[in-house]
Amino acid sequence: MNAIFIAAAVVSAIGLLGGLGLAAASKVMAVPTDEKADEIKACLPGASCGVCGYSGCDDYASALSSGGTDDTTLCSPGGRDAAEAIAGVLGVAPADILPKTAVVLCRGNSQNAGDKLRYDGAKSCRMAADVFGGPKKCVQGCIGFGDCARACPNEAIRICEGVARIDPAKCGACRLCVAACPKNLISVVPASGAKAVVLCKSREKGAVTKKQCGAGCTGCGMCVKACGAGAVSIGGFCAEVDFEKCTGCGKCASVCPAGSIFLINKTSNGGIT
Amino acid sequence: MKPYLAIIMTAILTENFVLSKFLGICPFLGVSKKLNTALGMSVAVTFVMAMATAVTYPINARLLEPNGLGYLQMIVFILVIAALVQLVETVLKKYVPSLYSALGIYLPLITTNCAVLGVVLLNVEKAAADTAFGFGASMFNSVGAGLGFMLAMVMFSGVRGKMESSDIPKFMRGLPITLVAAALVSLSFLGFGGIAENIFGN
Repeated sequence: MNAIFIAAAVVSAIGLLGGLGLAAASKVMAVPTDEKADEIKACLPGASCGVCGYSGCDDYASALSSGGTDDTTLCSPGGRDAAEAIAGVLGVAPADILPKTAVVLCRGNSQNAGDKLRYDGAKSCRMAADVFGGPKKCVQGCIGFGDCARACPNEAIRICEGVARIDPAKCGACRLCVAACPKNLISVVPASGAKAVVLCKSREKGAVTKKQCGAGCTGCGMCVKACGAGAVSIGGFCAEVDFEKCTGCGKCASVCPAGSIFLINKTSNGGIT
Repeated sequence: MKPYLAIIMTAILTENFVLSKFLGICPFLGVSKKLNTALGMSVAVTFVMAMATAVTYPINARLLEPNGLGYLQMIVFILVIAALVQLVETVLKKYVPSLYSALGIYLPLITTNCAVLGVVLLNVEKAAADTAFGFGASMFNSVGAGLGFMLAMVMFSGVRGKMESSDIPKFMRGLPITLVAAALVSLSFLGFGGIAENIFGN
C-alpha cells in the first residue's frame, strides 16, 4: 500500500511542479500578441498557401495589422468574403477585388508547333521536359501532358490539341498550376477589363521562332507601335504587356501577324481556342 | 574521445532510431516530403532529445533509482518531457524569436514523440547495464540519435523527391510506395551492422 502512495506522491509532485513552472513561465515570459493580427487571421482561410505573396496566413495578417501592406484583397482563396472581413477589422472601406485568372502562355498546338522527337515515356510534363526540353521544337512550348490539369482543384484546365487551356470563368487563381508547370508557362493575370496578354514565351530570334511555331511571337514590334498607351514592350524577341498601363483597347491583338495576343476576360474565354 | 565517437557513430548508423529501431515513424513519413521541413523537424528533434536527456538523466540517477522508484521511469519521463518542451517553446518565443520561427511549428509535434521518450529510456537502460555509460555518454547518444534521425529524414526526402516524378502504378501511389521505399532504405541500413565497433575497435 505504501508503495502506491509514494509513487502517486512522486508523480503528482512532479506534475504539480511542472504545471506551476509552466504557468509561471507563461506569465513571466508572455509575449505581447497583436490582437488585430489575430482577428485578421480569423478572417483568412488558414491554408497558408502563399498566394498573397507572404509566407503564410500569419505573415499576411501581421503585415496588414502592422501597416506593411494596406492591400486587403491579396487573399484569392478567401475571395470577396475574406477581403470584406479584413476591411471590417481594419476599419477601411472594402476595396474591390480584382478578379484574376491563370493563363497558359503558349498557343503551340499540334497545328502551330512542330515536334522534334517522338516521346513515348510517361505522360507527365515534368518527365518529358527532362528529355531534350520536351518533344516540341520550341523548348519554351507547352508539353501538353496536363500536369497543370491534374493540379487544378477546379477542373478549369483541359488540354486542347496538345496545349493546356484554362477557363477563366472556373479559375480561382490559386497558382497550383503555376507550380506544376515545368516550363513556367502559366502566369496569373488580371481578368477584369479585358487586359491584353501575349501568349508566347519564346526567347528565340524571330526567324527561329517562326520555324518552330506558327503562333510564336517573333518580336516584330507591330504591337508596340499600335499601342496608344505605351503598355507593350519587346524584351528578348518577345512582346510583354504592362497590365498597369493596358487599357484593353485590343489594337495590339488586331495587328499581331502571328495572332499571339489575346484579351483575357473573366466571363468569356477571350476567344482563345 | 574515442568511445564518444563510437557512441555517436553507433547511434547514427547501426542503431539508427528510424531505420533500425522503428521509432519516430510518424514524423518520418509525415514531414519528409520536402527537404526544408525534414531538416527543420530533425533539428528540432535533435534539440529536444538532448534537452530531454539532460533533464531526465539526473532525475533518474538522483531521485528515482536511489529510492527504488525505477518502475516510475516511463510516466515520470513523459511528464517531464512534455513540461520541458512547453517550457522551451515559451522561452524560445520570448528570447530567441528567430529560432522559434524556425522550430516553432515542430516543437509541439515532438512533445509526445516516441523517439524522444525512446532515447531517454534507452539511455537509462544502457546506463544500468554498463557503469561506464554515464551522463556524458548519454548526451552523446541522444545527439547521435537526433543526427541519425536527421540522416534518415534527409535521405528519405531525396527518395520521395525522386518518386514525385516517377510513373507509379495507380494502386501503389501515395502511402503504399512510400512504405515500400522506407522498407528498402531501412534494409540498406542493415549493412552498417558492426561498422562502428570495427572502426573504433571496442
